[in-house]
Amino acid sequence: MAEEMRIVLRNYGKIDPLNIDEYIAAGGYKALEKAKGMNQIDLIEEVKKSNLRGRGGAGFNCGQKWFFANQANADQKYVVCNADEGEPGTYKDRLIMQGDPQSVLEGMAVCAYAIGANKGFIYCRGEYPYVVDILNQAIDQAKAKGVLGDFDIEVRMGAGAYVCGEETALIESIEGHRGEPRFKPPFPGVEGLWGKPTIINNVETFANIPVIVEKGADWYASIGAPSYPGTKVLTLTGDINNKTFFEVPTSTTIKEVVYELGGGVAGGKKFKAVQIGGTSGGFIPESLLDTTISFDAMSAIGATLGSGAVFVMDETRDMVDVVSKITKFFEHESCGKCAPCREGTARMNELVGKIKGGQGSSADITLLKKLGGVMSIACLCGLGQAAPAPVLTTLGHFAADYEDKLV
Amino acid sequence: MSYKGIIARYAEVPGGIIEAFHAVEKEFSFLPEEAIAEAARVFKVPAAEAYGVASFYSMFSTETRGKNIIRLCESAPCHIAGAAEVVAALEKELGIRMGESTNDGLFALEFTECVGQCQATPVITINSKPYLDVTPDIIPNILAEYK
Repeated sequence: MAEEMRIVLRNYGKIDPLNIDEYIAAGGYKALEKAKGMNQIDLIEEVKKSNLRGRGGAGFNCGQKWFFANQANADQKYVVCNADEGEPGTYKDRLIMQGDPQSVLEGMAVCAYAIGANKGFIYCRGEYPYVVDILNQAIDQAKAKGVLGDFDIEVRMGAGAYVCGEETALIESIEGHRGEPRFKPPFPGVEGLWGKPTIINNVETFANIPVIVEKGADWYASIGAPSYPGTKVLTLTGDINNKTFFEVPTSTTIKEVVYELGGGVAGGKKFKAVQIGGTSGGFIPESLLDTTISFDAMSAIGATLGSGAVFVMDETRDMVDVVSKITKFFEHESCGKCAPCREGTARMNELVGKIKGGQGSSADITLLKKLGGVMSIACLCGLGQAAPAPVLTTLGHFAADYEDKLV
Repeated sequence: MSYKGIIARYAEVPGGIIEAFHAVEKEFSFLPEEAIAEAARVFKVPAAEAYGVASFYSMFSTETRGKNIIRLCESAPCHIAGAAEVVAALEKELGIRMGESTNDGLFALEFTECVGQCQATPVITINSKPYLDVTPDIIPNILAEYK
């Protein structure tokens, strides 16, 4: 039986998020104190050894990332929290920030000490002005208590651009520019915000940090899947009985998520597909539901864990109809900087629309597959590279939905 | 407050042009051309660049629009939960199409992508305040709050 395990949501619903005293009473800011008693390299080694990998979608080893910024020589370094949660079907960062904002601030402060930064930013999506208010209150309280020391945190608000979840686009946006991704390298750990070494981690990643520092790397590394340990907050949407959120160890299978925690498909209907990781995630058929949600297991079946969104579709859903919403989304959200994405997302939407409208032929299917393959390697950033996944995986697992509509 | 006064408040904020635009929109519901030109002067960037920022982000509008901005999520989870019926009901109730504003200047109707309230789809927001599990029959009541 799959069970919840709350690490990042440890205080969710248990403390008043707008009262720092309750966070401190629950053990808050002890980890920061402990971290500051450690040598910076030892601290980073501990985080590295926990094998905490980024919860924003890319899955990079968090401690390793910190190490690059620690080693960089600069008069100024920055810590940035990526709260530009924009993957459709995802609201886990909102839950964390609304339920326990101090845990995010504490995680950022530990990072700041580890890399030698005194300035941090939280880039919160423009759709969450009410979260921005909570964060600002939390920061004011932390400053008044003096728990952050000389580390200063400022909240910046996005303005409705999905691409700003990409770390270099996010940096551009904080700098006051259009949110267009930069060429990498240099990576932000070396040259980021205003050209200075910058660590950008997701809200969920930062919320894990205090617990790892407190309980140790070995404890954390023993939870869930060894190659991607810890927990993941999942948000369940679509045709599912329990449209809610869960935090589970990463060794949990998709089947357990859908049928045990999720309570199965709504309305007594049969399962057809589940898309995990947000709108750029692959579609998964019933035959692959025994896969665990861990990063590498998901990659192995051509899917992603991504943001942890779990979007369930029942037997009545037409995959071409659902995918047509997704291709429209990517055409709209492509920033236009690189041609493979700018043109590719538009053509992909056009081709899917043509098939949906009953005008497509088998040649269009061939073209879609070729276009998807090119985009996944030729696009500049993760947005364009991942955009074809819903099309390619539905063409693979649910080909009949397309073929039924061909002329 | 005038747009000049609003923008001036952010003059010392590095990269503050986006924050300034948010503040202008809060007051005017869109970004007047003069405000974009003023921001360009204050933040010392070419007017083209300031306009480029204004036009890049979907929450900013360079055209006039109604005071209360209604946004309807059209991402996949809201789509399969019946967003299309909500669109039809909103258009009927307000007498305008998506992307338009009412003649009295009270409402603007826009599509948006996911607003992160997917536990209760379909979702609309009015001036960023979320309304959950929206059905066509509750729309008149929601709109009444803003009339």
